[in-house]
Amino acid sequence: MSFSLSFRGVRQSPQGESGRVRNPYSQTGVMDSSPRANARDRNDIVAGGVTLLADPAGALYWPEHGLLAVADLHLEKGSSYAARGVLLPPYDTAATLARLARLVGHYAPRCVVALGDSFHDGGGPARLADADRESLTAMQRGRDWIWITGNHDPEPAIGIGGSFVETLTLGALTFRHLPTGAEGDICGHLHPVARVSHRGRAVSRRCFAVDTTRMVMPAFGSFTGGLNVRDAAFADLFGTLAFTAHMLGEDRLYAFTAKRCLPD
Amino acid sequence: MSVDTAADLAADRLLPDVFTRWFAGRGWQPRTHQLDLLAKAKAGRSTLLIAPTGGGKTLAGFLPTLVELWERAHLTPLAGRGRPSEARAGEGASRSEEGGDAPSSGSISLRSISPPSPRKRGEGRGLHTLYISPLKALAVDIARNLEIPVKEMGLPVRLETRTGDTPASKRQRQRRDPPDILLTTPEQLALLLATADAPYLFGSLRRVVLDELHSLVTSKRGDLLSLGLARLFTLAPQLTTVGLSATVAEPDDLRRFLVPQPLEGEARADLVVAQAGAQPHVSMLDTESHLPWAGHSARHALGEIYDLIKTHKTTLIFVNTRSQAEFIFQELWRINDDNLAIALHHGSLDVAQRRRVEDAMSAGKLRAVVCTSSLDLGVDWGDVDLVINVGAPKGSSRLLQRIGRSNHRLDEPSEAVLVPANRFEVLECRAALDAVAENAQDTPPARTGALDVLAQHILGRACGEPFFADELYAEVRAAAPYAALTRPDFDSAVDFVATGGYALKAYERFAKIRLGKDGRWRITHPRIAQRYRLNVGTIVEADMIKVRLVRSRASGAVIPRGGRLLGQVEEYFIETLAPGDTFVFAGEILKYETLVEDEVYVSRATSSDPKVPAYEGGKFPLSTYLAARVRNILAHPDAWRALPTQVREWLEIQQWRSMLPAAGDLLVETFPRGEKYYLVCYPFEGRLAHQTLGMLLTRRLERARQRPLGFVANEYALAVWGLGDLGQRIARGDISLAELFSEDMLGDDLEEWLAESALMKRTFRSCAIIAGLIERRFPGEEKSRRQLTISTDLVYDVLRKHQPDHILLRAARADAASGLLDIKRLGDALSRIKGRIVHKVLDHVSPLAVPVMLEIGRETVYGEAADTLLAEAADELIKEAMS
Repeated sequence: MSFSLSFRGVRQSPQGESGRVRNPYSQTGVMDSSPRANARDRNDIVAGGVTLLADPAGALYWPEHGLLAVADLHLEKGSSYAARGVLLPPYDTAATLARLARLVGHYAPRCVVALGDSFHDGGGPARLADADRESLTAMQRGRDWIWITGNHDPEPAIGIGGSFVETLTLGALTFRHLPTGAEGDICGHLHPVARVSHRGRAVSRRCFAVDTTRMVMPAFGSFTGGLNVRDAAFADLFGTLAFTAHMLGEDRLYAFTAKRCLPD
Repeated sequence: MSVDTAADLAADRLLPDVFTRWFAGRGWQPRTHQLDLLAKAKAGRSTLLIAPTGGGKTLAGFLPTLVELWERAHLTPLAGRGRPSEARAGEGASRSEEGGDAPSSGSISLRSISPPSPRKRGEGRGLHTLYISPLKALAVDIARNLEIPVKEMGLPVRLETRTGDTPASKRQRQRRDPPDILLTTPEQLALLLATADAPYLFGSLRRVVLDELHSLVTSKRGDLLSLGLARLFTLAPQLTTVGLSATVAEPDDLRRFLVPQPLEGEARADLVVAQAGAQPHVSMLDTESHLPWAGHSARHALGEIYDLIKTHKTTLIFVNTRSQAEFIFQELWRINDDNLAIALHHGSLDVAQRRRVEDAMSAGKLRAVVCTSSLDLGVDWGDVDLVINVGAPKGSSRLLQRIGRSNHRLDEPSEAVLVPANRFEVLECRAALDAVAENAQDTPPARTGALDVLAQHILGRACGEPFFADELYAEVRAAAPYAALTRPDFDSAVDFVATGGYALKAYERFAKIRLGKDGRWRITHPRIAQRYRLNVGTIVEADMIKVRLVRSRASGAVIPRGGRLLGQVEEYFIETLAPGDTFVFAGEILKYETLVEDEVYVSRATSSDPKVPAYEGGKFPLSTYLAARVRNILAHPDAWRALPTQVREWLEIQQWRSMLPAAGDLLVETFPRGEKYYLVCYPFEGRLAHQTLGMLLTRRLERARQRPLGFVANEYALAVWGLGDLGQRIARGDISLAELFSEDMLGDDLEEWLAESALMKRTFRSCAIIAGLIERRFPGEEKSRRQLTISTDLVYDVLRKHQPDHILLRAARADAASGLLDIKRLGDALSRIKGRIVHKVLDHVSPLAVPVMLEIGRETVYGEAADTLLAEAADELIKEAMS
């Protein structure tokens, strides 16, 4: 099941009105029996703002433009560590691409945007295994593929298709790697993770960190760790704790105000 | 002086005059087992000595070495070209550097094959005896004690310790010019073996003395030690071993450990059993107060404990967990009107703090120490005249070991008092008292060597010198825990060390070790050896966070940095706290302020009702042996006479209201309470196995659409609850208890659960660290931003999906069988109760169920369905927002 995030770009957003976080329970009753694929199709458009569909797999879909965005794939992180003597399993790239392929198959987007740090290091594209390169190429067929450059992969690379840009502005939104705090920013880099406790147990998950005008997407890569949303980096970005963490569940998102989330 | 003529004669034959005179001068007589060990040494036999504490065990272990070193110096050496070196009185223990005795022929031939070294070697006679202890403090203490006879007899013996604290310059020198006797730990041995000097250093070795062997062999440290020992036998074929051990259930396991195992059959070291000491005086505190139903605080007995401290010289108070230690220490000081010197000792306290307590104890300045298993082993304190064990003893051998900490004089009985903290613990204490009276042991059975430890050893061997796989395989199989290691398993361990052991061969160019044209495996870069040295060892601590005391923060104010360091707590404990929560640590009630990098800042709390830490360091499960005895007591009302009246009445009411199961049966009770329905069962298999059972049962009930809500486990019982009337459904036959508890839950259900189990991920993490897949965290590195570090949880997920038979997953599964998940024990229990489940439908809670029911809300409610929790938490939020 999916949960649509209301996300307002400044130009369309009436001043002073905050984005409405929908009560996820309004969907649960009927969703229990429906297959997950159908659940993903449900998306409620919130009038007056840009409405994006946040997928519990950690991706963002913008129906209006047929655009699918993912952040921080960190492909070839395993082999990057291996080169330094830490022989992590060499399956992370295949695992990440397989998850991405499922999303691409599901949404059939016209355009895929990777929000930077798509490869763990500059040598990553060259280390891609043939099978992984093929599955990447297959996904790119018939659609635009945009690699936004990140701090791990600042230079355009050869052999991985797509086009390279530093930022992509579409309507009210700007997709970029490093958060700038500007309104309309959709960015990555920080790998937000939220932690909440309930009945004496704490649960920690990747999340979308969102306020009315900006969003930090969760890292999508299989080997990517996270940074607690209560870290100073998020307070610096959002100015206050007035943002919401949409934690990734098995088949839906769970929204908590940043204040409700535990620091490390 | 001559009392025992036979012993005298034996002593004359085995002991040089100077030794006999020394014994006599101290008013001592060599003990029979000491002479037996000398005779075994003369005959070139490896030997296991089982002796109680206070039996002169350590001296027995070293006596053959001291005698041989004396003889080597004073009798004409066989090789004929050595000069006896004079022990110079003025120099005491230090031996003349120009000794120059010929080493044994065996070591000559070995030296000749060791690589030539630019350093001038052979200036000493080489290492004669290696002593290995599980604790570095013990190694240091033994060295100090051994100096006394060496000095007093003027023996030509140089003895030195080597631990993590030994300065680098000294360690360097030890490798070049080893002492006669080196006292060290298993990790240091592994490090020494991983150097090119190993053949030179150990070629002359005659004897290895393994102290507290019973405690070493039960863990992965024992695996590592066994592999080191196998290497030593290759380097020094003339080597014999001496194992020193407390009484164990299966001495043969230890005897196998001490000698190289042949390809077929098995070999065992000889066995010497010392005369047992006086039977200890052990009793159970018969409290005047009301015995609690549940909990582990023993609050009811504190006054009586305090009185016991007052009437004894020095008391050791053992508890099972660090939080218990903290609690009892606090409470004792609250009633300490006489201002007795009572101290606290547990593994999380700052090392300097622990040393201060130990020193004060040795100096006789303390009246009591509240401690955990941190003091189960270790240096001898002669002055302890009482041991109090608070809470359940958990195992008969463990209890005997603890009792032995009092009164180290062999001929006087140790004195101990057991203080049960609740009713079930009374039963356990009763069972333990009976076991102690019979001197019944329940030490765990021998281990199968762990694959992650093998991987570490293989890398260490390559760091030392290139190896042939065939030779190393043969050597490894000589180690008792690895005697059954198959060649494919060995090869996959080598493959793991080389390139990660992945089916997808992606890392050939990043290999750590590589097969050369000469058929030997060698490391690909000196950097690999450096890293190996930083990661050696099998003790993987949970990630620890330093606890620093700061002044409380006025709201909004910046917290001042750099307060006093109190010690360390596990990171996962801190993860359960929110700022403002209070807990007891280092004897104080503290408030969690904030986390700054790798330190947690706390302030003194004003609260007097702390949220006691749930960290369970030192928590051992009830031994299978004691559990069986407890079940037996329950099943036999005539045995209840030995129980305190309160407990007897409790059992009698249980019998009347519900029933008590026969010794082999599993009682399952169902009853409603409040708006929920409960199922309580009593397997008596320990908390860990019960937790695993709870996870699996709730999964099954979930699948049977019974919507279980949660469960809680203690050492004796498990309670599961939900909204549906389980009892009725079982009685009606909708749910079959036999199916619910059938062994096949250890199949798919277990697999499914393991996929997401946090405990399993923790187990995997330590395997990954021991095997060298990822490195330990080093001081200073924690500051790197978290999103850049690798989480082993993610590695676990990916590996599980893509290569489920990977060697590290297999290692983790093997650990899960006995470790945090105790799966093997659960399996044994499920097979034991097959066809023997007795169901009792009740209309309300039974007396036997009360203790576990009281744990609800006090103990963490388990359940790994994190999503359900999130949904509930979100739900709560919504309710809050809507009301």
